[in-house]
Amino acid sequence: MTVAVKIPEDMELIYEYPEAMTTTYTHYCPGCPHGIVHRLVAEVIDELGIREKCIGVAPVGCSVMIYKYLNVDFVEAAHGRAPAMATGLKRTNPDKIVFTYQGDGDIAAIGIAEALHAANRGELISTVFINNAIYGMTGGQMAPTTLPGMVTTSTPFGRDVRLAGYPVPMSELLAQVEGAVYVTRQMATDLVSIRKTKKAIKRAFMVQLAGLGYSSVEVLSSCSTNWNMGPWEALEWVKEKMIPYFPLGTFKMTDEVKALKVK
Amino acid sequence: MAKELLKGNVAFAEAAVRNGLQAYFGYPITPQSEALEHLSGRMLELDRVFLQAESEVAAINMVYGAACSGVRVMTSTSGPGFSLMTEGLSYIAGSEIPAVVINMMRGGPGLGNIQPSQADYFLMVKTAGHGDFHPIVLAPSSVQEIIDMVGLAFELAEKYRTLVYIAGDGAIGQMMESAELPPMQEVRQERPAWATTGAQGREPNLINSLYLGAKALEEVNLRLQKKLAEIKAHEIRWQEYETEDADLLLVAYGTVGRICTSVMREARKQGLKVGLLRPQTLWPFPEERIHELAGQVRGMLVTEMSAGQMLEDVERSAAGKCPVKFYGRMGGVVPMVDEILAEVQKLDEEVSR
Ligand SMILES: Cc1ncc(C[n+]2csc(CCOP(=O)(O)OP(=O)(O)O)c2C)c(N)n1
Repeated sequence: MTVAVKIPEDMELIYEYPEAMTTTYTHYCPGCPHGIVHRLVAEVIDELGIREKCIGVAPVGCSVMIYKYLNVDFVEAAHGRAPAMATGLKRTNPDKIVFTYQGDGDIAAIGIAEALHAANRGELISTVFINNAIYGMTGGQMAPTTLPGMVTTSTPFGRDVRLAGYPVPMSELLAQVEGAVYVTRQMATDLVSIRKTKKAIKRAFMVQLAGLGYSSVEVLSSCSTNWNMGPWEALEWVKEKMIPYFPLGTFKMTDEVKALKVK
Repeated sequence: MAKELLKGNVAFAEAAVRNGLQAYFGYPITPQSEALEHLSGRMLELDRVFLQAESEVAAINMVYGAACSGVRVMTSTSGPGFSLMTEGLSYIAGSEIPAVVINMMRGGPGLGNIQPSQADYFLMVKTAGHGDFHPIVLAPSSVQEIIDMVGLAFELAEKYRTLVYIAGDGAIGQMMESAELPPMQEVRQERPAWATTGAQGREPNLINSLYLGAKALEEVNLRLQKKLAEIKAHEIRWQEYETEDADLLLVAYGTVGRICTSVMREARKQGLKVGLLRPQTLWPFPEERIHELAGQVRGMLVTEMSAGQMLEDVERSAAGKCPVKFYGRMGGVVPMVDEILAEVQKLDEEVSR
């Protein structure tokens, strides 16, 4: 479904769809931050004037259909393989901007090898990944990022770390490898954090434009549907419960990255 | 070009370079690593893309990505690596983009060994990933033929926007023989219109294998099947040896097909009218011709380095019109001429009774 935008003549246009975004309605649940982060990516693409150079790699997860919402070339990867596919695309299109958009399961479970190695090679790609501590698309099973004690559809007694291990600190891991030059964790729960997230995404894309190395932006997000909470409560839960395990901050920023002027 | 003494693995790798290979992604595995090693230098010298991936899972997905940008791309591997690639292969098939994958088969199952084998026939021809699809599978029997088939593989892959596999084996990869490489071809610079290279002055392109609606996905499958039918109608290849007067037929491919030319000659010396059919495409399979020959000969002997995999296709093609016997060696054992000859003699006695 698409929205026809028609502005009455006596009204002034003050806010509109980014060119890099389609006007298709998203399929996301009420309160889901995926749509917000899509929009941030689109705004960044517009501001950098790179829409016609972008190739996106979609993940398997709730955002599997991101290609419907962003107005750029897209490919659809297998679950977790987006960084490998992005590698193939970027190596054969070195003058283009290639990004992956992934979920925490996609990047930190099934695709952790592809992600770490792409980062380690310093692939000139950018990754935006949504950490909602759950497998959203498949109905709320445990993710690698599920918190200890958290009840999911596959941890009915709560995540028992002796059986299922600990939340995977993906950004901290990525920051360890030499090829990753910009690794940050943000959240998308309120206006201030959303603005910061946008700035981080912009920096990540600028890192790629400048050919500096691999860049990644993790975004802490809620999943009110699978957390069984209202949207507001879920956003509070991100701040109260997730941040202790996933502290916000920038884990890697080389001097060259720091020197980039992000407006 | 003059003939040179070439090792199979190096020969097919260099043939790919000369056919305008633009990107190679792979992971070392015996008995094909010389191909990856050769390309690691050649591709960079020529300012083309070479990358040693962290696994075959990654390698095939890099191939998938590069194929999306419309370049000539391939990977090569052997059994255990091919198993890992099946996920990516299915996505490539579902996305209908061209890519070439070479499998120099080794003994299995499991880690098996590094000796020549044909035990991946089912895997390559029948089950190379989830969902309904068929790759084109080419089967070379000499270093020269694998060189020639690399060029053909790219041509077919691009013509039909499909996957093409080359089913080689450790013997072809490791042996050295005199062969001629093709001349150096220009690398194609332009990209096809469907490629994802950035939506410059056009609507965005999408390369995808996801269709949530059952009807929509059935449509895709029907289109895919139509294309496969087209391939079946035009691309079946095989070679026949002395079949005109044959009343016994050997059916074998690859290295074993080559050994069977000697078996045939020896058998003829003994007065047996033996012919040989050597499939060069395992999919599509020369079923009609085998069916025809089944009406001509007293019996067939299928020989493979496996427990009898192509056998099922030969039996299906012969459809009961003549007896079909099997002789196979496994685990990396290459059957010898006299072993197979003894089986031909046995067949002769059985079917003349
Ligand atoms: C190889 C494979 N295994 C499993 C699945 C099923 N699957 C689809 S999405 C998904 C989890 C995605 O979770 P995440 O990456 O956290 O993204 P979210 O849906 O939460 O946004 C799984 C397991 C699949 N599509 N492919």
